[in-house]
Amino acid sequence: MDKDLSQVKRELRKLLRTQSLAVLATQNQGQPYASLVAFASSDDLKSLYFATTRSTRKYANLSGDSRVAMLLDNRSNKASDFRWAMAATATGTAAEVAPRERERALDRYLAKHPHLNDFVHSPTCALCKIRVRTFFVVTRFQSVVEVHVRP
Amino acid sequence: MKLALSLHEITRRDRSRIGGKGFALASMQRRGLRVPEALCISTQAYMEYVSSTGLRDQMHMELFRKPFDEMRWEELWDTALRIRDLFIKTPMHCRLKEQLWDLLAPRFSVRPVSVRSSAPGEDTLRTSFAGLHESFVNIRGMDSILEHIRLVWASLWSDRALLYRQELGLDVEKSAMAVVVQEMVLGERSGVAFGMSPVHEGQSVIEAVYGLNQGLVDGTLEPDRWILERNSGRILSHHAALREKILAPVPQGVRLESLPRKLRHRAPLRNREVKEVYGLVMKAETLFGSPQDVEWTYSKQILHALQARPITTSAPSSEDQRPWYLSLHRSFDNLKSLRTQIESELIPRMEKEAHEMSLMDFSALPDSALAQEIRRRRQTHKKWTAIYWHDCIPFAHGMRLFGKIFNDLMKPEDPFQFMTLLRSPDMVSVRRNQMLENLSELIRKDPGNKACILAGNQDACKPEVRQLLERILDQFGDLAWEKGRLGQDRGRLLSLVLQMASRTDHGNILKAQKPRELDEAFLSCFEEAQQPYALELLDLARASYRLRDDDNISMGKIEGQVLAAVAEANRRLQERPVFESGTAEPDDLLRAVQSESYFNKPNTQAQPSVKKSGFSLKSRQILGQPAGPGMAMGKARVVIDASDLFSFQNGEILVCDAVDPAMTFVVPLASGIVERRGGMLIHGAIIAREYGIPCVTGVPDAVNQIRTGDFITVDGHLGIVIIGEASL
Repeated sequence: MDKDLSQVKRELRKLLRTQSLAVLATQNQGQPYASLVAFASSDDLKSLYFATTRSTRKYANLSGDSRVAMLLDNRSNKASDFRWAMAATATGTAAEVAPRERERALDRYLAKHPHLNDFVHSPTCALCKIRVRTFFVVTRFQSVVEVHVRP
Repeated sequence: MKLALSLHEITRRDRSRIGGKGFALASMQRRGLRVPEALCISTQAYMEYVSSTGLRDQMHMELFRKPFDEMRWEELWDTALRIRDLFIKTPMHCRLKEQLWDLLAPRFSVRPVSVRSSAPGEDTLRTSFAGLHESFVNIRGMDSILEHIRLVWASLWSDRALLYRQELGLDVEKSAMAVVVQEMVLGERSGVAFGMSPVHEGQSVIEAVYGLNQGLVDGTLEPDRWILERNSGRILSHHAALREKILAPVPQGVRLESLPRKLRHRAPLRNREVKEVYGLVMKAETLFGSPQDVEWTYSKQILHALQARPITTSAPSSEDQRPWYLSLHRSFDNLKSLRTQIESELIPRMEKEAHEMSLMDFSALPDSALAQEIRRRRQTHKKWTAIYWHDCIPFAHGMRLFGKIFNDLMKPEDPFQFMTLLRSPDMVSVRRNQMLENLSELIRKDPGNKACILAGNQDACKPEVRQLLERILDQFGDLAWEKGRLGQDRGRLLSLVLQMASRTDHGNILKAQKPRELDEAFLSCFEEAQQPYALELLDLARASYRLRDDDNISMGKIEGQVLAAVAEANRRLQERPVFESGTAEPDDLLRAVQSESYFNKPNTQAQPSVKKSGFSLKSRQILGQPAGPGMAMGKARVVIDASDLFSFQNGEILVCDAVDPAMTFVVPLASGIVERRGGMLIHGAIIAREYGIPCVTGVPDAVNQIRTGDFITVDGHLGIVIIGEASL
């Protein structure tokens, strides 16, 4: 294999550390829906966090079906991206962060997005966590490896 | 920044934009040395071209498909051909074309020119790599000049340059090529002069041929050589070449012709002229401050300097494989003699030696003689392996040479279209497969045969089945691959034939039909006088395609004879009473069997990646090279040794490290091929094309990433292998 697990994890960590925004996919009755969200991640790569107000379409979708996908990438909007950009699609299930985890998750999230302090503290805002099942990591346009996360 | 500069306009500041060659010519002209008139097309033109056409972006796609470290030389060659093809097919933007036209036309619209690469930085390298980039001589007419400028640009990314990419600092965004368009001096005698001999510091070397010096530079022609004392210019020795050919200008380009008889016995230079050339190279040394390598020509008794560059002497380390790869670039004439050698000498000798060995009756040999025979056969195999590397592998360049010429003339959409012209049902491996196919057809027609085979009673099969089987075993029974011979176990072979017979779709059939129209289209690109050359070229390429497969079969037969002797020894060793194996005196036969480790390759699949801290890694989609168009889905059969091979089931996808013609008899059963070894012109790709099945080569670590039974998809159009079903 051209990469071993530790190398892929290193690259994933770097991607999660350097990117702020990601695309979240949810669905409602078979209709997919994609939204741009600010995200944060846990050190162990097993959790991804994002915040949303409870009145949004994505939140409604999540209430119906907790399965999600999140696309993370480092593209620079140039043709060379096809060779040099990396993208990772995380699949898993999302839910509001449990009260006992909330403080730690909030610290994590705000450390990355301090300007969202007011937003996440609003009573209408939900801090959500994705429990990642698999990362599908794409490099060089078409080279794909799967990193499976044991529950 | 100007797009082009005349020699007299060039100053020191321009060096990085017009390259070493252009700069050296300007310096020589300024100091009064006679150099042909030239216009230097700056790197600016290259930059404008690759930006305005989007070629730079496409190069990212082509060059970085796989990490360079994972690419074999063959893949670098393929990549370079694809890039060259992009340059051939992509015209210049009107504005750039008009600008260059206006600059070039007043000087060169009716005069023949040479179009030479002038890479910035190349001459400042610690080691100089002659011939990494291309130059063309005797080019006539504006359209042709502009076309050749594109070919020179493309050669910034030649396979040779890609081999030395680190030393050259190749970078898609920053690297650029300058071009020297130089008035053609149609010299009668030409050569190269080295101010300081690369092997002896106190000497200078002058090499000379009749005609143009392109033939000397690319190694087609052997030159006369003079060794001179470096300090005084005194001639120390003269080595006369076998003078038979001359590179002569023809209306478009050059051609190898036979040298007129009266010149064959006369050296191209008189002593007086040798000294004059020596004077020239020394003047260049004074001018540039270091020993120079100067190309020169005599036209009507007047000496012209065509180019100069510094001599570098650092020897490549013995670890460096690259000079060997560079040596695979062979000239047309060299390939022709190589073909004769392989076809009429090497293959017949291999066949003869294998046949003679097969006639030996082991039962007449005592153990000690058998031990000796095993050693002798291993020596024979070793000898032939060395010959195979030395002579057979380089002959593959016949296809490459043809491909390049074909693409230049035909500008095909698919840069590997030329392969379809080379296909051949005459390959030995294909003939063998056809015999197996005929056998399966006999069995399919008469179920009685099948019943006999299933019952293990082959002798009860119909006479025509038995006869054909004997013929196959007679011709190919000893053909070996990975410790197994085709005919080693009849039952095993017949169960494979039953697989072939059980197909309802009649499996893959030979698709090799030579496309007549393409043949004709190619030949029509040549003028009447050039027709014999074109036919010879095509014939050579076809032989290269066919013999590259055939020589492996002969090698497999030699290997089979080693295995046959080893098998006999193993049989005897097993029959001995157990207590004998522990005797104090090591047994000679046992030693002979065990002495060599050359068959002992690790032949197990690596374990799947270990789970660590709750994570596991699995490849989903692997990038290789598209080597046979089409798409196949099915179960993988990872073939590592002979037992995997004989377990092959109809419709499975053959996954292996390196396809070898000795094992391609399963290909008619396969729905696709995946191979670790990369390249478009290798055995796997060739056999896949013969049968028209999808093939992806150059899949890193294929036999470990894919496991037998995995459901895989082979996308032979894009060169992708997908492991597993589509669902999450």
